[in-house]
Amino acid sequence: MLKDLVTPENANVFIGKLGDILEKAIDKPLGYAINWGRIWSLWPVHIETACCSVEFGAASSPRYDVERFGIIEAFGSLRQCDLVVVQGTITRKMAPRLRLVYDQMPEPKYVIAMGACAITGGLYFDSYNVLPGIDGVIPVDVYVPGCPPRPETLIQGCMLLQEKIKRMKARKFV
Amino acid sequence: MTNELPPGLALRKVDERIMTLNVGPQHPGSGHMRIIVQIDGDYIVACDPDPGYVHRGEEKMAEYRNYILNIPHLERPVIHDSCNVLYPYVLGVEELLGIEVPERAKYVRVIASELNRCIYIMYWLAIYGIFLGHSTMFMWPAGDRELLIDLMEKMTGARVTHAHFVPGGVRNDLPPNFEDVCLRHVNYFEKRIKEYAAVFYDNPILIARTRDTGVLSRQDAIRFGTTGSVLRASGVDYDLRKKEPYDVYDELDVHTNVMKEGDSYARSRIPWLDMLESCNIIRQALQKMPKSGSVRVKLKPNPKGKGFDTVYKRVESGRGSLGCYIVSDGKPEPYRVKLSVPSFRNLVALPNLLRGEKLGNMPSVYWSLNYWPVEADR
Amino acid sequence: MSSDVKTTTVDSKPEVKSPPPKPAAKKTEEKPVELPAFEKSISDKIIEKFGDKVEVGFVKEDRIRINVGKEDVHNVAEFIRDGLNYDHVESVSGVDYPQDNEIEVVYHIGSYSDSSLARQILVLATRAQRETNPIPGNDATKLPTLRDVFYSVEFHEREVFEMLGVFFEGHPDNRRLLLPEDWADLPPLRKDFAIKGR
Repeated sequence: MLKDLVTPENANVFIGKLGDILEKAIDKPLGYAINWGRIWSLWPVHIETACCSVEFGAASSPRYDVERFGIIEAFGSLRQCDLVVVQGTITRKMAPRLRLVYDQMPEPKYVIAMGACAITGGLYFDSYNVLPGIDGVIPVDVYVPGCPPRPETLIQGCMLLQEKIKRMKARKFV
Repeated sequence: MTNELPPGLALRKVDERIMTLNVGPQHPGSGHMRIIVQIDGDYIVACDPDPGYVHRGEEKMAEYRNYILNIPHLERPVIHDSCNVLYPYVLGVEELLGIEVPERAKYVRVIASELNRCIYIMYWLAIYGIFLGHSTMFMWPAGDRELLIDLMEKMTGARVTHAHFVPGGVRNDLPPNFEDVCLRHVNYFEKRIKEYAAVFYDNPILIARTRDTGVLSRQDAIRFGTTGSVLRASGVDYDLRKKEPYDVYDELDVHTNVMKEGDSYARSRIPWLDMLESCNIIRQALQKMPKSGSVRVKLKPNPKGKGFDTVYKRVESGRGSLGCYIVSDGKPEPYRVKLSVPSFRNLVALPNLLRGEKLGNMPSVYWSLNYWPVEADR
Repeated sequence: MSSDVKTTTVDSKPEVKSPPPKPAAKKTEEKPVELPAFEKSISDKIIEKFGDKVEVGFVKEDRIRINVGKEDVHNVAEFIRDGLNYDHVESVSGVDYPQDNEIEVVYHIGSYSDSSLARQILVLATRAQRETNPIPGNDATKLPTLRDVFYSVEFHEREVFEMLGVFFEGHPDNRRLLLPEDWADLPPLRKDFAIKGR
């Protein structure tokens, strides 16, 4: 019966409708499953902005091994990523590039602001070339304070993000 | 360049043969900088490094802070080599203020500086592994590096940003029993990095990727004013720890490692040899260090220089000779602080090394220059 | 600068250096009490060649400072390279002196190829006219480039150009280096450029 309904002409329409139906009807269990998938495969973009990248690198090292919490090591292609970890200071030269990177990523996408510089400007609050925090450039999900944050702090920030994703409505991006 | 977009973001006209490619700032093979390369097929015909993505105005801000407040600032350019990047500034301020440093503090500084050099080089080696696509080369150094970070944490209280050197000595004395722990860790560390020779440096893949790529001749290395491992890989025997010994390096037996080839392989091997040498220096320093005594002379609050004076001090950091030029006009704040950083000096060699090289060799040549973008931008 | 200030610092030097400078590694003559002899001989050579066109700022241990006008800086640099075996520039620093209405550019020149000069840094300082309202590249704040003498100044001079607005005539590539592309303010390291809240 389903076979008769779907013809090559209306396949797209039908699947679109199916999405709507799924979204409305089975929000709870399906949303849970979708979020579960998102939580345990967060792919950060390989974008380093300042010195916090040293501690980000250390978080991927064997001792801290952030991968066991579902945060994969930084990855090259931003088209397949869903997490931006802003590793420190954003300068005026870097800000448009950060926005470009963010805009090119597919939904859903999450942002972690790592380090004092990314949160408020930190030590460089009065510098002529540093933005006072990245909130004006991209929306931030989790702030990880420290200068630089220890790898444990970063891991805690990532776990907070996972908590947040768990409570998000999955359908927003389906 | 067109006028519609800001010049950095504008697209350039693509020739029939020559193609312009932006590598970075979001690229696994560029770090925090952009390298604009023009390629003909697979070969690079021109290269224009575009640093400045982490330019934070350290030198300008240093003019507004007094000599002590500048300490945490001026170590931020290279946080994993923070003792060495602070060293010339501290030496310069000591000369400006006429401070005498206790003997034990000098040894503590040498130990901290050598440990930091190893930490820096291990991180550099780990990232070199990423650039070459060699996962084990990331995992091993990044893991072994934590051993020395533990030592530094014991000594200074912070993982990477120590702010340990102050004019007049070091901030804190060594914790009890530090000498034994340090010796044990360093011995194990040395045993561990000796294994790297077989795993990485004799590895045919690494040799194939780096041997005979980006050859820098001796004349060019001198002419470009390169420094550190880049210079020594090209056959110039120049190490400031030996040529212009600061603190107590003249009492220690420092051996300089030199290679003649000048290719990426030599440039990647010299830092590893430096680490072995650092282990030797640490052991010597632990032996010769006075077992007790003060590690810091007390400064007057808000110290200031005596009238107009300039000083230029330099040390051998993990990347090469690092100079600090301080102009004082008798106020508590320096009139001008200029860091002459090795990364910035080595950058001159990059366009010349990449010309005629294959695009695939770009990451290995670029990172073998011992370049840390945050430091170059300051 | 004023040489009387310098002599006081030179006099106070011997009691400052605590570890009696190592006799072995140093190629300089045994350090005299007043002016170090080896450094003095180098500065004498420059004085002999250029006479009163150059002024010796100070002669300290391992550091010699030569002040020179901007019309002679190129010749002096060539002599330093060819006659004295210095072969690379370590750093180029610009210092702004609004009270003198001048911007000073300081070259720290070292040598790799001559082992007797390995400890030495020759500080070559020259001054350019300072403009109150700078238009970087198009005003009188200009200096001859040293890039054809010392290749290693290439990026350093680009940095000084954008940070202080000193245009280096003859530099092949006087573009912006570190600052953002849309920077339209004063060059940031000038003293009249104030950072936030100061």
